[in-house]
Amino acid sequence: MNRYTWKTFSLEVILIAFATLFLFPVYILVNLAIRKTTNLDTVYTPTTQPTLQNFKDSWIDGGLFDAVINTTIVTVASVFFIVLFASFASYPLARITSRWSKSLFFFVIGGLLIPYQLALLPLYITFRDLSLLGTLPSLIIFYIGREMPIAVFLYTAFLRNIPKEYEEAAAIDGAGNVKTFTQVVLPLLRPVTGTVIILTGVFVYNDFFTPLLYLSGTGNQTTTVALAQFVQEYRSYWNLVFAGLIMASTPILIAFFVMQKNVIKGFGGGLKG
Amino acid sequence: MVKNRWAISFLLPALIFYVFVVIIPSLQGIRFAFTDWSGFTQGYNWAGLTQFRRVLEDEDTRGALSHTFIIAIGVTVFQNLVGLLLALGLFSKVKSRNLLRTLFFAPAVVAPVATAYLWQYMYAPNGPINGLLQILGLEGFIRDWLGDPSIVLNSIIVVIIWQFAGYSMVIYLAGLEGVPKELIEAAEIDGANYFRRFWFVVRPFLYPAITVTLMLSIIGGFKLFDQVFILTGGGPGVASQTISTLMYRNAFLFGEFAYSTALAVLLTVLVSVFSAIQYFLISKVDKT
Repeated sequence: MNRYTWKTFSLEVILIAFATLFLFPVYILVNLAIRKTTNLDTVYTPTTQPTLQNFKDSWIDGGLFDAVINTTIVTVASVFFIVLFASFASYPLARITSRWSKSLFFFVIGGLLIPYQLALLPLYITFRDLSLLGTLPSLIIFYIGREMPIAVFLYTAFLRNIPKEYEEAAAIDGAGNVKTFTQVVLPLLRPVTGTVIILTGVFVYNDFFTPLLYLSGTGNQTTTVALAQFVQEYRSYWNLVFAGLIMASTPILIAFFVMQKNVIKGFGGGLKG
Repeated sequence: MVKNRWAISFLLPALIFYVFVVIIPSLQGIRFAFTDWSGFTQGYNWAGLTQFRRVLEDEDTRGALSHTFIIAIGVTVFQNLVGLLLALGLFSKVKSRNLLRTLFFAPAVVAPVATAYLWQYMYAPNGPINGLLQILGLEGFIRDWLGDPSIVLNSIIVVIIWQFAGYSMVIYLAGLEGVPKELIEAAEIDGANYFRRFWFVVRPFLYPAITVTLMLSIIGGFKLFDQVFILTGGGPGVASQTISTLMYRNAFLFGEFAYSTALAVLLTVLVSVFSAIQYFLISKVDKT
């Protein structure tokens, strides 16, 4: 169990072999993105004269730059309000034990079972009537509401496991509910806030269906939709397309590698219970 | 009630957004499913169960239903199997474990749209996969991966597993961390081999993780849109249409808004029923 035996070694060999197979598409992706013209006979051989021209072309001519900015705005704004509203809402839901607060909790997390496609179509009409269609706020509003169930669920479940003593001490000291919450409870919620940011942030950043519906035909594009348009336009130029795919995925991959431990903890442990 | 008046201001912002974005439109959606509304005209008439009858009679929809089931089940079974095996393999003294964990998980944070385009190229008739098979002398396995109606669903399933097996792995790893080391060591001393240790000692600790990943992959499978839309657009013909791609097609290309919402209602019922069954089964197994 604790030693590196020949068994462990053979396991290691198997895993690395599997990883190599797993990485094959990624190798093709990078290998083609850094070469000038596609020669389908030699996609496996490493590119001899690598160039970054495709990256520059896709970033500027492909309009990916504007799209990444839009997506970043939408993601940051949505996640900020999700965290703010969900953490506040979880406080009474976790601490008040009356029947209405329990029912309200189930009312909110019931949203987890509703596929977002059901609400998306009627909301399309509402946004159209409010002249919000095609704007970034339409997306932000949608994500705040859509991600509320999972965020409230995570916050409330976490808060229920935190002892009340700190808050009671603050209350005895004369702090009101708002003050108790912002100064005592909120700092305690930091671990689960990380989880909420990661789970909702990844979902919002990568979502395709919603911007496809609400932003189509406008100059405002998010990364995923811009990518789809870009591919339509340059269909046969796979080198350019692949450089575009890499550029579009880079921001979220950088975020992942920087916060790796938290991301894996967020995805792995956050949903338990 | 009065003493908890402060709670209202804490709850209100969250509830307003939730009700405006999820509850009201979902109720509207259910209502539209009983009309003949195209979505782009002013008026509509009540149509009773017409849309639901059309949904059940339409050959494309029945096809889409079975494709959705096949994909959901295929993804659920194999994503969890691969994820569990990876987790067990990497929950060991293997030297490259941290690197490999990062590697296998990384695709899960990338947009499904991006991975779908990559795989569209991989699967092309003269693309890298067939090319590799040729180099290896396995010409017999060369296929038109996305163009052959009999295998297109499997090809889609593989893409989803490639992207999300690492997600399941991470959840299982978190579950494995929770198994007390002393128990495993004790079983080892008692002479239990690896499989017996896994089955009798480790497995019961994994139930919460199993519940979560099964639930996520079933719901994810039913709602699947991005990968199918990009990889095949529902084709060839209608061989890979799912409920979600059909909804998009009917609402925005055919102007069949009411029909689409009826499909969405159906999807909601499916997701709820499956989640409930699953929750019930797992909690039953959990107790034994």
